[in-house]
Amino acid sequence: MRRRLFKNLLSEPCTEPLSPQAPGELETLGAELRGAVARGLGRSLAIREVDAGSCNACELEIHALGNAFYDIERFGIRFVASPRHADLLLVTGPVTLNMREALERTYAATPAPKWVVAVGDCAAGCGVFAGSYACVGAVSKVVPVDLVIRGCPPTPVQLLEGLLWLLRADGRAAADMA
Amino acid sequence: MLNALFGELSAVASHRGWPRAPVNAGTWRGIGEALREGKLDLLGEWGDAAAVHCALFEPATRKLQIATHEAGSGAAPSLAVFHPPALRLERAIADLFAIEMVGLPDRRPWLDHGRWPQPAPLAQQRAAPPAATGATPPARAIERPPYRFLPAEGPGLHQIPVGPVHAGIIEPGHFRFTASGETVVRLEERLGYTHKGIERLMAGQDLEPAARIAARLSGDSTVACSWAFVQAVEGALDFRPPPRAVWLRGVMAELERIANHLGDIGAICNDAAFAILHAECGILREAALRTCARAFGHRLMMDRIVPGGVAADLTHDGEEAIRALCGRLSSEFPELIELYDNTASLQDRTAGTGVVKPSLAAQFAAPGFVGRASGRAFDARVSLPYAPYDTAPVEMVVRQEGDVDARVWVRILEVERSISWLRTALTALPSGPVRLPSPATPATSVECTAMVEGFRGDILAYVRIGAGRIERCHLRDPSWFHWPLLEAAIEGNIVADFPLCNKSFNCSYSGHDL
Repeated sequence: MRRRLFKNLLSEPCTEPLSPQAPGELETLGAELRGAVARGLGRSLAIREVDAGSCNACELEIHALGNAFYDIERFGIRFVASPRHADLLLVTGPVTLNMREALERTYAATPAPKWVVAVGDCAAGCGVFAGSYACVGAVSKVVPVDLVIRGCPPTPVQLLEGLLWLLRADGRAAADMA
Repeated sequence: MLNALFGELSAVASHRGWPRAPVNAGTWRGIGEALREGKLDLLGEWGDAAAVHCALFEPATRKLQIATHEAGSGAAPSLAVFHPPALRLERAIADLFAIEMVGLPDRRPWLDHGRWPQPAPLAQQRAAPPAATGATPPARAIERPPYRFLPAEGPGLHQIPVGPVHAGIIEPGHFRFTASGETVVRLEERLGYTHKGIERLMAGQDLEPAARIAARLSGDSTVACSWAFVQAVEGALDFRPPPRAVWLRGVMAELERIANHLGDIGAICNDAAFAILHAECGILREAALRTCARAFGHRLMMDRIVPGGVAADLTHDGEEAIRALCGRLSSEFPELIELYDNTASLQDRTAGTGVVKPSLAAQFAAPGFVGRASGRAFDARVSLPYAPYDTAPVEMVVRQEGDVDARVWVRILEVERSISWLRTALTALPSGPVRLPSPATPATSVECTAMVEGFRGDILAYVRIGAGRIERCHLRDPSWFHWPLLEAAIEGNIVADFPLCNKSFNCSYSGHDL
């Protein structure tokens, strides 16, 4: 244990200043995101993730945002356990009829100001489940959506990009920045 | 036992692969009794337009048999009377097909929460593509009494309702704990929240779109789900995929297994408040996902296994990436395992926690690592071997203790064996095409049942094809048999150990809810 901690202390962090696919992408993204969050919400964005019937693939990639490579918390963004503590709902899935009420109640329990981000092709427009008797379809049919991040599932980099776009597109944050 | 029950019966000619035989009420009852006595394993039970099928496995002879009982009158005898593991499967059959399972001990609805536009959505199944798209279905006017949880009564007992929206980044489901102080007296699950109507959606589809739906049964097992579906399709059409494609499917499945095991081993440690292993395993998992993206063009390898072969060939660069990943895991993973094994505070949480007794694992035919950690020596790659595992076998890992620690150890050892299997596979990888056009489908119905071992356990796929379209497809996720065992495993443990137990199972909600 001590040996491991010592080794980690001496080695470089694997949190990526530069994305291997597109150098500079993540860092730029992160720095801008922090700026926008700082202006809009005082350097803190609390996200409540709601699975409204996804296949779990989107959850896996949202989870990956927390690993040492992406380390979303360094930008002041964190996932919270209750909608009462959240600024933003990250909603996945083709909103099954069995989850509709739970999503509506989660939204109602989130204090304003609040944003909703629909994550994945299902949340965007029902995906491959279009036409099912058991699905409502796009998240926007149930709660107001501020941003859609497509992908099946979207990669962690796409998720970070999407959150940044939302914060820059938001009136308050943009006004503050100007 | 299978011989005694099915010896005289003739199998259905249209069903390829393992035999399927229609049985009468007497044989059906005989099946129930054999299940009760533990002579057969129930691997699945599912409905059809006017029938109920069940998949049976005989451990002694390693044979699989499908039995069909007609339900043309809208009723069929329950197997759950004899064999409790069939209970939720039969509740689902009743919900989806309106087939009355006569004698079913628990008649509460399971997947149907009273919110679908019409009850029994599969009862009037047609083989044409769903024409209802866009049309507003008539509102359903059925008033249901609230769902009744099983009672647990006594002085000082209290209930803790959890979900369907959970605290973490996980799928939705409801847990009703009854606790006495800190100790869990009963856990009852209520699932079905992620029911997407997959079986009805698949009916009437062409093979390719149906494969895309199958790939999204459970996102963490997308490779295994696709493979099970495609294997059943190819079996029904009597089609042999090119050898290179078969090996690449194996490569993908083992990569998927490694990535999921790594993530879950870390997450289990995290639920015991040991964050460093979570971080370290997360790094290795990410390395595995990036390798998948480089080798197959998608981090989770979704839609890479298709009817006829695989969607994209493995390049030399991809092959090198997989070799590099194997090298990295071989050098870094053992050090983490040493840390897991030598940290007393962590062992204190995992050892002896959430025990699944071997007798219960055997009764429920517990799939995957849950069964193998409780002494059930079953792995579809070994027990019902399919290509490429028939020529390149994997060694099965079995432990007896049945606790969280044993489930972690089975997964640790499976990561190691998957790494060495990958090395073998990359050396043995034949050259040649990776995809052939699927043959024309016969005008009459053909069907097949297939089984593939995903990271979580065996996935059973039953597919019937008529005139090029899916007539009926049933995918049975291993979680169907895990969820009830989780209820048993948590009993007598403290509430605070539930996340730990739950993560050590990591059941799929989506795969179960269909």
